Amino acid sequence: MNAIYILWLRQLKRYFRSRARIFGSLAQPLLFLIALGFGFGPVYQKAGSGNYIEFLAPGIMAMSIIFTAVFSGIEVIWDRQFGFLKETLVAPVSRLNIVIGRTLGGATVASFQGIIVFLLSFAVGFRVTNMALLPMAFVFIFLIALLFTAIGTAIASVLKDMQGFQLIMNFLLMPLFFLSGALFPSEGLPKFLNIIMKLDPLSYGVDGLRGSLVNGFHFGLHIDLLVLSILTTFFLIIGSYLFSKIEI
Amino acid sequence: MIEVENLTKKFGEFTAVDNISFSIPKGEIFAFLGPNGAGKSTTIKILTTLLKPTSGKVIVNGFNPQKEQNKVRESFGIVFQDQSLDDELTAWENMEFHGVLYKVPKEIRRKRIEELLKFVELWERKNEFVKNFSGGMKRRLEAARGLIHHPKILFLDEPTLGLDPQTRNHIWNYIKDLNQKENMTIFFTTHYMTEAEQVAQKVAIIDRGKIVAQGTPAELKQKTNTNSLEEAFLKLTGTTIREEDANPLDRMRARRKMHNR
Repeated sequence: MNAIYILWLRQLKRYFRSRARIFGSLAQPLLFLIALGFGFGPVYQKAGSGNYIEFLAPGIMAMSIIFTAVFSGIEVIWDRQFGFLKETLVAPVSRLNIVIGRTLGGATVASFQGIIVFLLSFAVGFRVTNMALLPMAFVFIFLIALLFTAIGTAIASVLKDMQGFQLIMNFLLMPLFFLSGALFPSEGLPKFLNIIMKLDPLSYGVDGLRGSLVNGFHFGLHIDLLVLSILTTFFLIIGSYLFSKIEI
Repeated sequence: MIEVENLTKKFGEFTAVDNISFSIPKGEIFAFLGPNGAGKSTTIKILTTLLKPTSGKVIVNGFNPQKEQNKVRESFGIVFQDQSLDDELTAWENMEFHGVLYKVPKEIRRKRIEELLKFVELWERKNEFVKNFSGGMKRRLEAARGLIHHPKILFLDEPTLGLDPQTRNHIWNYIKDLNQKENMTIFFTTHYMTEAEQVAQKVAIIDRGKIVAQGTPAELKQKTNTNSLEEAFLKLTGTTIREEDANPLDRMRARRKMHNR
């Protein structure tokens, strides 16, 4: 038993114990899948692009992952004053171990959410085209989860209360999600949108996930992996540094 | 056990702690009193390695909180003013996590958890979620948790705030018990002067960052020619209410109170 394991375990316990939260957070992805999937399906088909549900599902998986992941990170703000985190900050454990344990825990939880949405999408007609790359899909799920948990932790380490949280959700997370190619393909888009999509870290995650599940990489498997890995490492370092500077 | 010499802490232009000095021998019950905003929390944070001093010397259990952080942390347990338990875990799990964080070996850990939970009379409820505990039970659990690694010092920041008289009595009895049996040094802050008077062997009163008086409760009463520690306190710190701004912590506390309704 050590500190990293116990912090990881704690995140998991908290997640599995709140049935209400698990179900609640599945409502929106399910809604998007059904409403957008069946809503835009015919139009997409008519435009000659094929099955929209197949295109959409990886995007919705990414959506549930990033929201869960960032929220895990943001929990640091609350935890810091009223929860377990204060206890960990006076314990003879290095901040690095604490943040690693939390980030891994948060990423694991977010990955679970993504997998649940994955399974749910089968109910609306999603099918995996490429079984060979399925393990890669799980890699992408975890990478996206890790990246956004690290981002959430980094942000939470500099915020003093929950006020900034709303701002973050609306001005950071939503744009990142909507402009990542989760909901629409990047072919034939105006130049400026293409540029934004190239700059959006989630684009590479969504692309990697989509490519692994149904073929149709836009950037390419290796580029997706490379970009995500570099960004994740970068944010893990930043997140850890900012976390270590927390004063309560 | 705790030596503080010329400790100063500035936050930018504002001096929270201004050149204070005190010395607490092993096994003493020490009360650190002061009006709101006096610098009590800041001092405790410095002693417990959470803040770095601007200048001055601090020694806790022979170690320097800045340079030998982990050694200092192993030496003390702390009950914070705000809850630091995990609501979504059981009482037992909260204890276990603490034990793991403080690297207490498994066998010893399990034994101590049982002992301590029985000591604070929470053993029967060890598998219940903390969110279902009353304020008093949570405080008792936090006290028990702080002791798992057998610290030499116990810090308590307003330990009986908001608790009913029975629970307050219980908590002070535990603390006095610990002090007598284990010769544990106790450092606490409180606004309940009567409790401080009954329990503390030595008192320091801090106001606007400076220590205005130090001594046994009897000495302070004599010095100010008053009959109770509360009167002595008011005489020394004046009766004006301190101006304070609500800080983010106060806002969160308020939100939390709403949440828990």
